[in-house]
Amino acid sequence: MNLKLVPDNTNIGFVRMRFVAFALTVLLTLGSIALLATRGLNLGVDFVGGLTMETQFVQAPPLDRLRSEVNSLNVGQSALQEFGNNRTILIRLPLPEGDQAAVQRVVAKVQTDLKAKYPGVSFRRTESVSGKVSDELIRKGALAVVLAMGAVALFTWFRFEWHFGVSTVAALVHDVMVTMGFFALTQLEFDLNVVAAVLTIIGYSLNDKVVIDDRIRENLRKYRSMDIGQIIDLSVNETLPRTVMTSLAMIVALTAMLLLGPNVIFGFTAAMLLGIVVGTYSSIFVSSSLLISLGVKARAAVVETKGGAERVVRAK
Amino acid sequence: MLDFPPWKVWLITLTAGIGVLFAVPNFFPEDMVKSWPSSLPHNQLSLGLDLRGGSHLMLEAATVDVRKTKIEALEDSVRTELRDAKVAFSDLSTAGGRLSVIITDATALDRGVEALRKLSQPLGGLTGQRDFDVNVVDGNRIVIVESDAGVAKAVNDAMAQAVEVIRKRIDELGTREPTIVRQGDNRIVVQVPGLQDPAKLKALIGKTAKLEFKLVDTQADPALAAQGRAPAGSQVLPFADQPGVIVVKRRALITGDQLTGAQLSSDQNGQPATSFAFDSAGSRRFAKATQENVGKPFAIILDNKVISAPNINEPILGGSGIISGSFTTESANNLAILLRSGKLPVELKVVEERTVGPDLGADSIRAGAIAAGVAVLAVSLLMIVTYGRFGIYSVMALVLNVVMILGIMSLGGFTLTLPGIAGLVLTIGAAVDANVLINERIREEQRKGRGVVQSVEVGFRDATRTIWDANSLNIIVAVIMFIFGSGPIKGFAVVLSIGIATSVFTAVTVVRLMVATWLRARRPAVLAI
Repeated sequence: MNLKLVPDNTNIGFVRMRFVAFALTVLLTLGSIALLATRGLNLGVDFVGGLTMETQFVQAPPLDRLRSEVNSLNVGQSALQEFGNNRTILIRLPLPEGDQAAVQRVVAKVQTDLKAKYPGVSFRRTESVSGKVSDELIRKGALAVVLAMGAVALFTWFRFEWHFGVSTVAALVHDVMVTMGFFALTQLEFDLNVVAAVLTIIGYSLNDKVVIDDRIRENLRKYRSMDIGQIIDLSVNETLPRTVMTSLAMIVALTAMLLLGPNVIFGFTAAMLLGIVVGTYSSIFVSSSLLISLGVKARAAVVETKGGAERVVRAK
Repeated sequence: MLDFPPWKVWLITLTAGIGVLFAVPNFFPEDMVKSWPSSLPHNQLSLGLDLRGGSHLMLEAATVDVRKTKIEALEDSVRTELRDAKVAFSDLSTAGGRLSVIITDATALDRGVEALRKLSQPLGGLTGQRDFDVNVVDGNRIVIVESDAGVAKAVNDAMAQAVEVIRKRIDELGTREPTIVRQGDNRIVVQVPGLQDPAKLKALIGKTAKLEFKLVDTQADPALAAQGRAPAGSQVLPFADQPGVIVVKRRALITGDQLTGAQLSSDQNGQPATSFAFDSAGSRRFAKATQENVGKPFAIILDNKVISAPNINEPILGGSGIISGSFTTESANNLAILLRSGKLPVELKVVEERTVGPDLGADSIRAGAIAAGVAVLAVSLLMIVTYGRFGIYSVMALVLNVVMILGIMSLGGFTLTLPGIAGLVLTIGAAVDANVLINERIREEQRKGRGVVQSVEVGFRDATRTIWDANSLNIIVAVIMFIFGSGPIKGFAVVLSIGIATSVFTAVTVVRLMVATWLRARRPAVLAI
């Protein structure tokens, strides 16, 4: 017969484990914040302004020598970084003072020098972003993330109850923080693409939580006398096969992108992959159990959800 | 719920068919598609620069300059108007975005104001706003200030004109399908696919190309000039390609605005040069100016840098001439292009530049396609192993989904970027999730002991509600990304929004149709799911 990843009728006591999960979640979030504060993000030129050249060498160059060679060109302090493999190096330079011609001169200077010292070198990509634009990109990126979270909170509040809004957003903050913490830890470049990934994680994790929230609401209506803890356990267990199957499908797809996809989206895919794992964890262990601590009452929710259900019917 | 009236079946088939039809051109080479009859769709998906290589430049206009240029241009008109109205004036000056002039004869003040009000153009619209405000201060001083609406309009006009000038210049490069669009109030984004070295592009669009002919001020003291000081009515200008400065009169004999053409040419020594020709009014003015100043040197100035300062040996009556200097063939040709396309109404600065080499683009698209293919294959396998027949339906819907996304993107002229491919993967995830939700629900209903038809019916109904909830949220997030995001985020949001719509259609509606058809035809007693 067909494969079943999760056996039928599981009955795992997720609610019982909630204090362990809460502690772990708080720990992970605080740890990420600490990492962000101490190590910081390796912000790409999108966000700090500057000049990036993706350079491909025939053989892996000695990084120390390359760094001192570039620095000796008097074009400012360079930062080198392997990109995908050890033959491809990202050279980061500060944006020179003056107009675009100055940027062009710096690019030409570095290219001529490297071509002379490393025959066969090729320059695959050059990006320069002025400080003014990068400030704007930061603002816009942050605004998009904050607005997305706000919209999520409002939507879940409207469709369910405020408890659901709070628990969902709390779990989302955890997901986003852990993902950013991962970037602080690995020092992978944090650029605009990664912000798109963070937004995707919000979307995916949300999806997960809405599915479980939906089931909780349904069960609250179905089993009026049942204790809220039992209802949550039942709902999470009932949706477990779906949660596992969907997450697995995403993980499979993203792993393919991570291993086979182009280097340019490595950071992006890595962020999404991690976000899916973290998001699945927080959906199963955190956001639903948090409802108990927030004091969702079975009876109160029934009244609320009736209204909600009718709204849906009418909307159709 | 599983009953599909024929019209519904047709509608679903038609929608899917149209989506597929528009995707078809993407599976054939471009040349072949061009020869198709015009009744067939021709639009192919356009690939972002990150996928096919090319240059992306974002240019920003200094809007302060627009204000300044506009008020400076007014100076001459003010002088003429006041003279024509026979109003005596003094201290005509522009500074800080305002023009002020003192009317020496107090009784003529009203006439002066009236004359100058004529210069102010109504902006149209209902408010009756004009582009300049003319006011009297201190009893005898007339001050002209641009209104905010006037500045906004001037900037808007200047940007529109700048886009045209840039288009002309890039067309001269002979590159294929450049994209030149305005962004926001004062920015222009230029994307040229396939162009690997943006240096030439920037040399062409980064120049204002303001050409002026001015008399050299031979009386000026060279020592003072070296310190950057010039007599009243003159100014110190640097040379374009040699050290030192030269003093010229502020008033231009003639400017490049009246040029009709410019060509690559050569001077009498066979060196590369640029020839130019004035229109008839320009020719007359040029002839008059050269007649009056025979024997004197004049400077040919481009963007406030002196290219050369030859003597006027004889009056130039034909309205054409040659600019020679230390040109190479390429730089002389560039100058000709710049002069032909006209001057930029405002100075543009490159604030963002991204160049992707064609190798990288090709590598990226290959790797992206392979990865996407493997991802779809792996997910399909997982679905079929897990859900059997229902898995096969899901996979068919998944393939339809991807094809429809391609179709809609081709039809709408959207650009597929790398983040877009990632968005595609996420969409596949969402589509799979919808089917997983449905299938798991059906399993649950089966376990509860419901019959085949009822399980399927309840499964679809209950799962659909959840799918709608989840996807409305995703749409909200995608729209926010599209509005507030920039560049890559937008590319991602486009695919996501389209993908959410098509994945709900394919994963829910189309799969339901397939399941219903099968159930009706076979009436299975047990459900293998």
